[in-house]
Formats: sequence, structure tokens, C-alpha cells
Amino acid sequence: MRKLLLISIVLITGLVFASRLFYLQIYDTSFQKLSENNAVKTEFIYPQRGYIFDRNGKLLVANQPSYDVMVIPRNVKNLDTLELSELLKIPKEDFTKILEKSWVYSPRLPSVVIPQLTKGEYAYISEKMYKYEGFYIQKRSLRDYQVTNSSNVLGYIAEVNNRTISENPYYQMGDLMGKQGVEKQYEDILRGVKGVKYIQKDRFNRDIGPYKEGIFDTLPQRGKDLTLTIDETLQKYGEELMINKRGGIVAIEPATGEILSLVTAPYYDPGLLVGRERSKNFTKLYYDTIAKPLFDRGLQGEYPPGSPFKALTALIGMQEGVIDTKERITCHGGYKYGRNKLLGCHHHRTPLAMEAGIANSCNAYFCTVYKRIIEKYPSPQEGIDNWKKHLSSFGLGNYLGYDLPIGKRGFIPNSDYYNRSYNYPKYKWYASATISNAIGQGEVLLTPIQMVNFTSAIANRGWYYKPHILKNIVGVDTIPKIFTEKHTTTIDKEFFEPVVEGMFDVYNNGTASHIQIPGIEICGKTGTAENYIRIDGNRFQLTDHSVFVAFAPKDNPKIAIAVFVENGYWGSRWAGRIASLMIEKYIKGEITRTDLENFVLNGSLEEEYAKPYSGIPFTINN
Amino acid sequence: MAGSRSIIRFDWITIVIFLALVFIGWINIYSASLETNTAAFLDFSQAYARQLLFIGLSVLLIIFILAIDAKFYERFSSIIYIVSLVSLLLLFPLGNTISGATSWYAFGGFSLQPSEFAKAATALALAKYVSDLQTNMEEFKHQLRAFLIILLPAIFIVPQPDPGSALVYIALIFPLYREGLHFVYLLLGFFVAALFVATLAFGVIWVSLGVLIIALIFYFKNKKKRSQKILKYSIIAAACIGFSFSVNYIFENVFEQRHRDRFNIVLGKEVDAKGIGYNTNQSEIAIGNGGWFGKGWTQGTQTKGNFVPEQHTDYIFSTVGEEWGFIGSLFVVILFVALIIRIIILSERQKSQFRRVYGYSVASILFIHFFVNIGMVIGLLPTVGIPLPFFSYGGSGLWGFTILLFIFIKLDASNYINS
Repeated sequence: MRKLLLISIVLITGLVFASRLFYLQIYDTSFQKLSENNAVKTEFIYPQRGYIFDRNGKLLVANQPSYDVMVIPRNVKNLDTLELSELLKIPKEDFTKILEKSWVYSPRLPSVVIPQLTKGEYAYISEKMYKYEGFYIQKRSLRDYQVTNSSNVLGYIAEVNNRTISENPYYQMGDLMGKQGVEKQYEDILRGVKGVKYIQKDRFNRDIGPYKEGIFDTLPQRGKDLTLTIDETLQKYGEELMINKRGGIVAIEPATGEILSLVTAPYYDPGLLVGRERSKNFTKLYYDTIAKPLFDRGLQGEYPPGSPFKALTALIGMQEGVIDTKERITCHGGYKYGRNKLLGCHHHRTPLAMEAGIANSCNAYFCTVYKRIIEKYPSPQEGIDNWKKHLSSFGLGNYLGYDLPIGKRGFIPNSDYYNRSYNYPKYKWYASATISNAIGQGEVLLTPIQMVNFTSAIANRGWYYKPHILKNIVGVDTIPKIFTEKHTTTIDKEFFEPVVEGMFDVYNNGTASHIQIPGIEICGKTGTAENYIRIDGNRFQLTDHSVFVAFAPKDNPKIAIAVFVENGYWGSRWAGRIASLMIEKYIKGEITRTDLENFVLNGSLEEEYAKPYSGIPFTINN
Repeated sequence: MAGSRSIIRFDWITIVIFLALVFIGWINIYSASLETNTAAFLDFSQAYARQLLFIGLSVLLIIFILAIDAKFYERFSSIIYIVSLVSLLLLFPLGNTISGATSWYAFGGFSLQPSEFAKAATALALAKYVSDLQTNMEEFKHQLRAFLIILLPAIFIVPQPDPGSALVYIALIFPLYREGLHFVYLLLGFFVAALFVATLAFGVIWVSLGVLIIALIFYFKNKKKRSQKILKYSIIAAACIGFSFSVNYIFENVFEQRHRDRFNIVLGKEVDAKGIGYNTNQSEIAIGNGGWFGKGWTQGTQTKGNFVPEQHTDYIFSTVGEEWGFIGSLFVVILFVALIIRIIILSERQKSQFRRVYGYSVASILFIHFFVNIGMVIGLLPTVGIPLPFFSYGGSGLWGFTILLFIFIKLDASNYINS
């Protein structure tokens, strides 16, 4: 026993130590994370964000240095709150609140105190920053906009929010990321890759050199530059034409699907969302719920398309074999359906065959064709679903799949929709119940970009590429495959020619004959869409939306365009004129009809927009 | 002829383990004391460079120790002991104060710490006394004398003040137990040591409370003869609390502030600037950081950042933990266990009682250092600053342990010659 005591104690001690070591080193991993946190500091080097160019190589967006005042709450010592808040030019209470917030976010990770100092502020503050332990200035790269237009296309960058940080480990507090437009869509390409530097710290939190001689460090990779399909000149011109009007213009190149311009009005200067005033300006834009400047009408506005839709009715009618180009249909001031309901029409010659029907936008003609399309099938359900199948092939009624982060589906009703509305099979419904679809009123809703897309498909006589905003990534040869896949419609090529001729007649002797462009063969279609608004629970009809789609030239079209002017009354009044000016600007590069131009530039619909909010009774369509 | 035979008889297992420990110790000191911006390799302002010098000198020391006739150590043990006591006493008028403790003699650039050498001297004296034919460890008078031999140096060391080094002498109760001391003394010895450390570490109030609770538990657990036991338990509890209070009293009133500071440094209270348990926390973090295989030599982030205080001296094992991982630290633990057990086995083989007692003393002293130091570094024991033998930075420590061990190796070798 006496011989064994010490040996036993030694052995037991050895075993206890071994198990304790196992616990510390293998079993309990919390010690490992803790140690990474206090001994190695991670420092990020931010790369330059990629530049953005327009289709002609004009620089739209560059970068400018920006300086953020950052804080690591744990390292703050002996802080004179009043003095620092005065230096930073913010009220003491706000400053205290920011500091409290940063504590809550993390005591040891950096938080932003003041974002985006100007160069002047930076020079002034940086000299004194050394006095405040725990605070430092982080250099970042901010956007420097070279143009005052295209804000809806370009989007903006802003600080990441907590949700993004928790979802995507790439981002840290204070990082900037694309939040809208191209900046958001192509964030991964534009941002580049952050560089990382691991720095060994000692127990006083001083840097003592790179961790492991920097073998884990990485260099930042500059973001790639993008070339957009946007023609900046056209875009700028479009925005100017839309001053004091609300609506959208979308123009694409039919042969490629490239978006030449995407205008929404009202618009704002992208420069507003840069710098220290950013959040103030953003709030102002965000809370303008009447003009809705952040609402991209070209992509998000869902409107009844009105008469341009008639072109599609004609195409489907021919494909289904229910009409040909020769048959004349009589119009008695409108289309009679049901017992004694009349869908009115305006005055024109009668009877008309297809081309003239399109040119004169005869309601009776298209209602007749529509009814035949639906009634060709044994039940209206089958008829409607077949009709919808044709429309879907033009990219209507669903997301179009373009490369911008926002959009709407639009709406093309199907049999389920009407079955539900009419409580089928308890009550039956027939083609005439849906007759408004024939002329693009009724349930049909399209976004302007969908309208330009079907126009482009007509211009191409039966096919289209998905509209897209990315022309190429500088240094990369390919663009996403979905934009180089040709989509073919369900309508045979031969049926397009009469419709194109009809749309050509719209300019020659139809509803838009007064806005011809000398020397350019334009095909177009006017539209006038009824619309309503709800104010305090009451439904008011407002002045019709002015709609216009067009493409030019008639053969080998260079541009297809859809213009939508809210409450602009009849199609050629505003939308048609704007479309005609845009086409001339794009194809000729200059405007020959300065009277027309001046009329549009100086025209204002503000009075019209103020009507429903004025509180006094108002009249429409005048 | 005798010389060459004795070389063969040296216990090479012990020597190899010793060399391994010194080597591993040095590479860890190198890592722990390495500054990122050092120019020259052998810059003697650097701890690792000085330690290399100490190792070199200890080789000379080993040759010297092994060259001396084994009988010298037994014959001159009393004189060595007395010289060592005198050197401890002379510290009070002549010694140099380094970080609060008057434990060093300064010779030019060097300083020597006699308490490190006193361990070997005390072990020799104890072995000499116990092996005396007239000594009977079951007799109280002889027990008292043996305790006196052990406690004298400790008593001189405490007021330097160096409570850690003094505490080590308690380990010498193991050889006495091996030679016939009653088991109760062993328990008592540990109990006193535990009370002593606990009082300084946690304060007299907590210790008293703890003693009372333990006494009550024992009392109520024992259902028989409660009336008789109540007196017994009260006396024991009172004695414990009285001891704790007297330790506290001496600490607070007899010692000066500089002494108290030193105590606090040794007990880890002083460097604990960032709150209770900072040292232990940092040391645990560093060790935990090692994982299975460690971060690799000189790659420990905690080690490089100097997060662990005193890392190249008392906390050197945390470097092993971080840079060599579980495998590395387990290897070091195994080396120590193997060394101590090897010494115990060799001791049992000795034909002379002197050599056996001395061997046991060596094993016990190495063990208590190993136990207290690593126990502290891995967070199992309260902070008591004593070095890890052969490992921790410091010339006196290294030489003290080298002398302690190699006298035994020499004695062991002579075991076979004299037969």
C-alpha cells in the first residue's frame, strides 16, 4: 500500500489532466471561437464597384470615395460625448442613440455612426479622430452619377440591412449593396469581391502584424463594368418629354430584345440617393404616395391596354381561322351583344375589312372576331383557355423574365377566373360576358413592357427575344442564355403581314395620321383606356389613359415602343406624339417637327392629376 | 573502470525523458517569447535565447554532478542543507527584489534563486535523517524532527515572500509516508495546504463557511453517537477556522504591502486586471484553441497576442496546448507521468534507504510541481505560481530541477556498483 500510493496519485492526476484537456480541446468548441475573436482581427478592403455604361459607351455611373465614421463599442474609452457629437455635427441625443444601437448590434464589430461624409467633412473630422478611442473612419466607394436620368434603370446602392447580413455571410454591417435596378440585379458582378486581411492582435488590442504572414489574406477584386442596352440620349429625351406627366415609355430593339429606354415619370435624379442627404431624400420619395416616383410605371404599372390589344385579337382570329383579311364586318355605331347592350364605337366608314378595321380601331369588328374565337370551341371555357394560350406565347399575363428586379405579371383571365366570378356551374357564362377583352378593356391588364414586347413580336412577324437591359459585361463574352433564346409565338408568320399593314395605315390615314414622321414608315396603334380610382370608398372615373404602341421602320424594324400616359385622354393626344418623337429621335437622331416637340415638352397634365384630390366636383375627358 | 561502468548504469530512460522535456520546453518558450520584430536569433534580451544559455550551462552542471562520487551526496548532505538554509537566510539582508519577492542573489547580469536549490538540499537532508539507523518514523519525536527539516526552508521562503515555492515542501510528506509515517499526517498535510491556499485565494469568510458546512454534513451523516461526535466535530471545525483566521491575520498584519502584492501575484489576483479568472480564462482559451493537432509551432494566435500572462514561465503549458493540440499536450502529460513513475520504480529498487528516500523526494517534488502547475493552467486548481519542471523559463528553476534529478541518477547508478 505504502509503495503504491504516490504511483496511483500520479496516474490518476495524469488521467484527470488528459480528460480535462480532451474537454477543453476537443469536446467544448466554444473556446475555439472565442479565441478567434479576440486574437485575430478581420479587416476588409473594399473593391471599386464596376462602372455602368450605356449602349454607346457613354459612362453613366462611376465611383467617388466616401468616408464613414465607424465605432467598435467595446473599444470606446473616456468618451466626451458632447465634444464628439459637436464635431460630427449631430445632436447629442441622436449620437447617444446611435451608440446604444451599435452596442445592441455587437460590442466588438464595427457599426456605422455617420455614413458618407463629404470630402470637406472628412478633411475636417479625420484630423481629430485620433482622440476618440474606438472610433475610426472607413473609406468606401460611393456612386458618382454622370447623368441625372435613368434612376429607375440604374437603381441605387445602400447599406445592407440586418436581414441581409444574417442571410448572406458576405456582407458586414455598413457594407453597401445594390438595392434596386441594375445595381441590385447585377450586384454580384458589379460589387467585385472584398479583400480580407487577418491581423494578429495582442492583448491590448494592438496590431502586431499579419496573421500567419498573411497566407489567408486575399486581395480585393474589382467589380466588373457593365454595358447596358439603354441609349442614354433616348432615355434622357424620353424623361424630358414626360415632364409634368405620369406614365411610362418602354422602347426595345425588336431584333435583339435590348431595352433602348425605360422611362417612368415622374422620375428623380439618381444623385439624390448618394451622400449624407440620402436617407432624407429617400424618405421624401418613398412617402410621395400620389406621384409615386419610386414606382416604375414601365415595369410595375398594370393598365388595361386598350385598342393596341386589337392587333392581337386580329392575329388570333386569323390563326384560329375565324376571319380572313377580306371579310367585311358592319358597325352600327358599336357592337350589340346580350339583349340590348351596346359596346359603342366612334364614327368611321363601314363595313370594314381587317386592315381598315385596325386603322380605324373599329370596336364592332374586333368584338365579332373575339366572339368567333371563343365560340369556335364547344364551351366558352375551352375557348378562353385557347385564347389565353396564344396570348401567353407573346409573354403576356406572366412575368416576362427581363433582368430587372421588379415587375408585375399583368393579367390575362382564364376559364377558372370566369367560372369563379360567375359561380359556374350554377350560372353559365358565354363569350359575350367577356366581350370587353376583345378591345383590351375588361379584365385584361398589361404592363408597358409587356405591351412593347408584343409590339416587338408583331414587328418581327412572330418571334421575340426577352427584353433585357444588359448588353454585356466588360471582359466577359456572354450574356445570360435566356436573352439569346428566340421565343416564337403561336401565330403563323403569314398572318402578321395584314396586321402590320393595318398598323401602318394607322399612321397613313387612321387614328394617328396627324403625327407621321416624314421619311419613316411607322406602324402603330392608338389606345384609350378607361380607368377608375377609389377615394374614400367612392369609385370615380378619371380621364382615360393615353396609350400608344408603335414600331419603325415597317420593314427591318429598329425600334418598338410602348407609351403610356396616365389620364392623357385619347391615344394620339399624348402617347402617340411622344412615341412619334422618340422614334424620330432614335432613328434620325434629330427632331424635324419642333412645334410638336415644344407642344409635348411644355404640355402638362398636373391639373388633371390634381382633380381627384381637389375635393371639388370635376369633369373628365376634356 | 568504475567510471565507465557507471556510465552504462545511468538510467537512460530518465535521461531521455529529461532531454525531451527540456527540448520541448525550449521550443515552446521560443514561441511564447518570440517577438514579431526581432532581428538577431541569439539576442540575449530574448527569453528563449537566455533559456538556451541556461540549458547549455545545465549540461556542464550535469557533467559536474555525475563526476562527483555518489558517497559525497550522502556524506555532505547535512552541510549542503545548512549552506542552503544560510543562503536562504542571507537573502533577507543581501537579496535582490524582483517583482515583489526578495528571492534572488544578483551576480552581474545573472540572478540566482536559492529556493530552487534548497529543494534538492532538503531532499538530501531528509533522506539522510530518515535513513539513519536510529530514526523510527513511527516515533513522534523523530516525526517532529523530520517535519522540522522539511519546514525550516519553507518557513524561510514564505516571508520572501514566495508562498508557491514554500508550498512545494508539503510534497515531502510522501517519502515520510513511504517510510512509515501514519496516513493521518498525509491527510492533515493536504488539508493544511488546501486551507492555506483557499484562505488566500477566496478569503477567510468563504473558507469558514465551507468548513462549517462540511462539518455539518459529516455530523448529520453519522447517525450513531451524535452527542460524543459533536464535540469532536466542533473542535476540528474550530481548529480549521482558527487556522484560516491566523493565516489571514498573518497575511493582513504581519506582512507588509509588498509581501501581500507578491502573494497576490502568485495567486493570480494582481494580474487579474480584467476581472476574476482572467489568467485562467485566457489560458483555457489558448488551450481550447489547439483542437486535436494544434495550430502548429509559433502559429498560436493567443500565444502570439500575449493574451496569456506569464506564458513563458508559469503558463508555458498553455502554449503547448494551443500550438501542439490535444496530441501534443497529452504527450507532455505522459512524459511527466512516465518520468515520475520511472523515478518511483527506480527508488523502490534502491538497496540503501538513503537513496530510496531521496528518490521518493525527487518524485514527490516533481509531482507537486506538475500537479499544481498544469492543474492551474487547465483551470482545475486555483492560481498558484510555481514553475513546470524543465519546461518553464528560468535558469535557477532549470538548474534546481537538474541538480535534483541528476543527483538521483548518480545515486541510482551507484546502486549497482556497491553491490
